[in-house]
Amino acid sequence: MAIEILMPALSPTMTEGKIARWLKKEGDTVSNGDVLAEIETDKATMEIEAIEDGIFGRILVPEGTEGVAVNTPIAIMVEEGEAIPASAAPSSTSAATAPTQAGAVTPPSVTTNAPVPPAAVSQAVHPVNRIVASPLARRIAAVKNVDLSTVKGTGPNGRIVKRDVESATTQPAATPKPGTQAGTPLPTGASRTVPHSTMRKVIARRLSESKATIPHFYVSMDVELDALMALRSQLNALSHDEGQDAFKLSVNDMLIKAAALALKQVPEVNASFTEDAMILHEDANISVAVSLDDGLITPIVRAADRKSLKQISQEAKSLVSRARAGKLKPEEFQGGTFSISNMGMFGVKEFAAIVNPPQAAILAIAAGKRQPVVSGDEIKIATVMTVTLSVDHRAVDGAMAARWLSAFRNIVQAPLALVL
Amino acid sequence: MSQTDFDVIIIGGGPGGYVAALRAAQLKLSVAVVEARHLGGICLNWGCIPTKALLRASEINHLLHDLPAYGFKADGVSFDFKKIVARSRAVSKQLSAGVAHLLKKNKVPVFDGHGQLDGTLANGRRKVLVSKDGAAPTTLTAQHVILATGARARVLPGLEPDGQFIWSYKEALVPETMPKSLVVIGSGAIGTEFASFYRNMGADVTLVEVAERILPVEDVEISQLARKAFEKQGMRVLTGAKIGTLQKTATGVSIPVTVNGKTDTLLAERVISAVGIVGNVEKIGLEGTKIQIDRTHVVTDALCRTGEPGVYAIGDLAGAPWLAHKASHEAVMCVEAIAGRKVHPIDPTKIPGCTYCRPQIASVGYTEAKALEAGYKVRVGRFPLLANGKALAMGEPDGLIKTVFDAQTGELLGAHMIGAEVTEMIQGYVIARTGELTEAELVETIFPHPTISESMHEAVLAAYDGALHF
Repeated sequence: MAIEILMPALSPTMTEGKIARWLKKEGDTVSNGDVLAEIETDKATMEIEAIEDGIFGRILVPEGTEGVAVNTPIAIMVEEGEAIPASAAPSSTSAATAPTQAGAVTPPSVTTNAPVPPAAVSQAVHPVNRIVASPLARRIAAVKNVDLSTVKGTGPNGRIVKRDVESATTQPAATPKPGTQAGTPLPTGASRTVPHSTMRKVIARRLSESKATIPHFYVSMDVELDALMALRSQLNALSHDEGQDAFKLSVNDMLIKAAALALKQVPEVNASFTEDAMILHEDANISVAVSLDDGLITPIVRAADRKSLKQISQEAKSLVSRARAGKLKPEEFQGGTFSISNMGMFGVKEFAAIVNPPQAAILAIAAGKRQPVVSGDEIKIATVMTVTLSVDHRAVDGAMAARWLSAFRNIVQAPLALVL
Repeated sequence: MSQTDFDVIIIGGGPGGYVAALRAAQLKLSVAVVEARHLGGICLNWGCIPTKALLRASEINHLLHDLPAYGFKADGVSFDFKKIVARSRAVSKQLSAGVAHLLKKNKVPVFDGHGQLDGTLANGRRKVLVSKDGAAPTTLTAQHVILATGARARVLPGLEPDGQFIWSYKEALVPETMPKSLVVIGSGAIGTEFASFYRNMGADVTLVEVAERILPVEDVEISQLARKAFEKQGMRVLTGAKIGTLQKTATGVSIPVTVNGKTDTLLAERVISAVGIVGNVEKIGLEGTKIQIDRTHVVTDALCRTGEPGVYAIGDLAGAPWLAHKASHEAVMCVEAIAGRKVHPIDPTKIPGCTYCRPQIASVGYTEAKALEAGYKVRVGRFPLLANGKALAMGEPDGLIKTVFDAQTGELLGAHMIGAEVTEMIQGYVIARTGELTEAELVETIFPHPTISESMHEAVLAAYDGALHF
């Protein structure tokens, strides 16, 4: 029996995706577990696998098609020797694929990750509105890449009909063309045009949204690193040379835990602002910005306050390498409650990051630098880094931000708490 | 003194006008109808309905002459032509009385007389004069006037109906006697139906068409199959014909007809001229108004508004397609707009057309050629009734169902049918087209077995996965 392969929902928030690449050709023999396609969502590129053996019959949505709605038939699998229909009868429809491993991960970033707020939060509050549209309107929307949720229906009882989708495609939203926003002329001279990746679009959209809608403020503080670095040397000396128990803590691993502990001490910062209420998160899920060649992504060290440094180190290492290989699963970069962006390795003196909604704050970590500091009445040399907390003022006020930074500094400067 | 001021006055009581009146009454508008002749208009009195009554008779005549095929034997089968015509008239009379009853039930006054626009009052209300038999006209006033005066047969020079040898549809509906031979000029729905009726009643019929094929608005395959079927029934069909000067003889007419450079003089007792229609735009007060006329039809926008605010034109008067159901639908749309409701223009590609010849023909939407012309990439499905069990059981195996889909979106662009009962089945495709179903929903739909309508399903399958039974 012919089976339609539907556009999978790769995350709870996914409503549409792009067919990045078909990995099978029409007529290919497919075994259970074979990767059929790569689907690019706003957050990641994922693979879909066959869950049955058969023949890859027909591609319904060509490679490169963007905005394909979840549950839209995208291909048809048939059995050996079976004729290939143009579309399978819906009665035989069953998702022949299961969304599986993340493929190349595309998304957001230091400041742009799209964490899914912990379950109880806003997801449940915003049920997806049912779109009433004719079958033909849906088909045309899929073909022409129109988001039906943006189309006003003029049919019986507001049903979206063909003419509505067609007028939506002939009158595109007043989106300024790239580079010519608000009519500003592009700089003159030679240039080349690089189409946006999905990740770049998401970064652009989410950061613009964050900066435009979140009232940011920034609090900086100098933190001495010598004690933490000394502890790090001692701990690393305990590691086996190799094997499963081998570890090599980085300063960043320790700062992840320090931030998590500070969040436990000042839980008001581990929050999300919503129109109706403040959501205070139980766990300190730390999103760690990882730069990629063409953007960045923020994999999450979950419940970092309750994990040992060794666990955090091993997890972070795995997350970073898989992020760079594009192999993160959605749950590995969705659902953080606080972000850290560390540019110390670039020798940055100080910087401020953009809040990664719906989180309330992000910590920007600059390079540690040996410099003279006044200690009592004496001048001594210490390794000092400047950290800057960017804060959503709707969720956290200045004094609270300062309290959190103090807590963070105290933990870093007296780091034994990290190994408790 | 009875009421003379209304929200809406409708001039013409045909399937456009009387439906407009009923809808207006439903919407609590005060409304009146002005009708000069018969309620129900041409459709009910001189068109759709009486021809169907005649065609029923010719179908029975056909079956009676085909009895041995079903295992029957009957001798001395004959008919009384006067009674057949009388039955047709009785049906029209009954329905016309039904329309009068419906209007009465809805408390819509009907003014018996000729209605015409007569300028406006100082308060902007429009005046309508109703005149009858030269008596002093009655003046009515209304905020809105809907013109629904319909159309009549086009008369070509040399083919003027003479009440004797040369007929228009009117004379063809009420003949004194059955003509032994007949020439029908024009193979649109009207000409084709009369040709089919008289042929099935036993007349020698020649159907003459100027265009390259009969039923020129239908899909070309349907035209071809219709021609084949007619010729099998013994009808002579001439297409691409040039018609010369008609001569009257003592017993009929002679018409020289040239096809492919070869001229043949057709001799017949009667000739029916069915070469199109013209709108009834005269004497309804359009002169000196901003209402424009284009080739005998009133120019309107998509919502039936004319150049004069508050004046509307619907139905045949407002142009093609000249179909009663189009007139009725425009009537409802026009009145609802007057009542302040939100309406949408009628999409001509969603108006079905039916021709009740034997075999019947029905279609909706784009023909394959028109779809290609419009730039669609199409998928076409065909299913012959020869492969349909019910059609065979009924002894009606001649026919074809053809579907035309947009290959990109699965939209049913058009459907074209020829065969038994197809005029009763086309609505299935019209619903699909109006409800914007794609091939997927049609494929999924379960059609009852055994019916001729199963062929509609198969014709969809044929455009995609392939028909199951052919």
